[in-house]
Amino acid sequence: MKNNYIFLLSLFLLMNCSSKEEEIYAPIPYTLEIPTLFADQLIAPIIPANNPLTEEGISLGKKLFFDKILSGNNTQSCASCHDPQKAFTDNQQFSDGINGNSGKRNAMPLFNLAWNFDERFAWDGKEFSLENQAFEPVSNPIEMHADWQTVAKKLQADVEYPDLFLQAFGTSKIDSTLVTKAIAQFERTLISGNSKFDKYLQGKATLTLQEQNGFDVFMDEAKGDCFHCHGSDNNPLWTDNKFHNNGLDATFLDLGLGKVTGDPSDNGKFKSPSIRNLAFTAPYMHDGRFATLEEVINHYSEGLKRSSTIDPLMKNINKGGVQLSTQDKADLKAFLLALSDDEFINNADFKE
Amino acid sequence: MKKIIYVVFAISLLFSSCTNDAENTSVTLKFTHYWDDTKMTNQDLNQLRFTNANGEKLSIERLRYAISNISLIGGKNYHLVDFGENFGTALTISDLTDGTYNISFRFGFSDEDNTDGIYKNLNSLNFDVPGMLGGGYHYMQFDGKFLDDSNQEIGFNYHTIRAVDRTDPNNLVFQDTSFKVDLGTVVIINNAEIEVRMNVAEWFKNPNTWNLNELNTVLMPNFEVQKMMSANGKSVFSLGEVNQ
Repeated sequence: MKNNYIFLLSLFLLMNCSSKEEEIYAPIPYTLEIPTLFADQLIAPIIPANNPLTEEGISLGKKLFFDKILSGNNTQSCASCHDPQKAFTDNQQFSDGINGNSGKRNAMPLFNLAWNFDERFAWDGKEFSLENQAFEPVSNPIEMHADWQTVAKKLQADVEYPDLFLQAFGTSKIDSTLVTKAIAQFERTLISGNSKFDKYLQGKATLTLQEQNGFDVFMDEAKGDCFHCHGSDNNPLWTDNKFHNNGLDATFLDLGLGKVTGDPSDNGKFKSPSIRNLAFTAPYMHDGRFATLEEVINHYSEGLKRSSTIDPLMKNINKGGVQLSTQDKADLKAFLLALSDDEFINNADFKE
Repeated sequence: MKKIIYVVFAISLLFSSCTNDAENTSVTLKFTHYWDDTKMTNQDLNQLRFTNANGEKLSIERLRYAISNISLIGGKNYHLVDFGENFGTALTISDLTDGTYNISFRFGFSDEDNTDGIYKNLNSLNFDVPGMLGGGYHYMQFDGKFLDDSNQEIGFNYHTIRAVDRTDPNNLVFQDTSFKVDLGTVVIINNAEIEVRMNVAEWFKNPNTWNLNELNTVLMPNFEVQKMMSANGKSVFSLGEVNQ
């Protein structure tokens, strides 16, 4: 009988403790602030059921994103290569890792990632889900070159992090899964949707004649024909998030998507990047080969190279491309720059 | 009083039971793709594996199309089939009753259903049509390559949209080139699987023998060519197997 009382008392105490902990550490759900154009024109963003957005999760993810503790020698953070002021890329062709090594791909800008409906991230689509994408650079030997177990131990030993993880995820036991979940939450809040062109679409700005003509060049199948891959006034992402061979090379040193799928017909295919924020994201292409927008436009106009996997949307290959006039090229550039979102790169919520 | 309650309860049970049985039938439309009599899979993509009626060897790299007003669903509706990505190739329609059904749909969108920007799903998939061509949506994006007369691989973009005459850019003239596909009637007595076949070769064949050397890209703004594509499309679909 006495034992029964002790058992009941213990049970009561345990129940009391656990409900108290839940009460204290229930994170506050966060709702994305979706720009009107996105809400009106696009399907809902992808928020995984096993990683809902919370204020504590986002705040923790932001802290981690800017913290050099994630690198092997505490010298680099995610932001070292993904600078908010540069639309979360850097201005190098190839970023330097902690040991001074560099890879063969240009750092991708980060915005509107929750609308990547296929959830294939990176230039070659090798990472499925934003959480998995965040996992890779930390352990990549030519990037942050850290060991995840060591990173978890460093975070665990920190005076702040265990409590922040407890608040965000209900546990103070830190591991790579929770770190990447937090970073992914922060990355999903990086929304860019307030460029001059967005304002124009909402009747809040007027395009110059040059910008308007540039938009027409962009949308005209007989001129730029950019819209089939890079979106339109009906798709504010300005990308299809698909993979194309856009005629950069006749033979491939970097197989791109083909290396990931093992399908030779995918060789030389890379993700279409968004054409938002190009003013901040030079150099361009997966290997950063073009330093200027003029070079990019010239490539599509007369620089295409034939290969077996070049996308059929690349026209006029015999002439090297779509053969834009000098005026159309200048106008196209003007339109592209109208997609620059200064509010995004200066948003205090996205800075350290 | 009790008796009455029991009787009412029993009758309502019978009715609800009947209704459930009657509306439990579902139909799956399976969209299959053939090159004449040969069934295609996505393994057939990206290779110069097919020869069109004009004798040109060609490959298929992207094939996706929208259908609307699917009779089995009723009301306003649309559906996107993406053969290349094997997406939307099966469409299950639930809560049907057993009976005889006419199976029909519209290839593309009629003008009244082709308002610019209204379909979020298609906007998200870059399936819209530029405003300078009147806006709205593609009916089909069919891309590939062919061997031209000088034996070089050239891309083609067989994109179908509402035909638009831009002779006067300030006064666009439209022609609705979507068309109704009527596959006839099917008796559905159980859950059924109905095959909707697209013979891709027909796009190049009938009534217009398609010369890819002449008509390969920039077909969207070509009023006459859009009408030709629409004419060829009318023999593309047929009813395949019905399993139930």
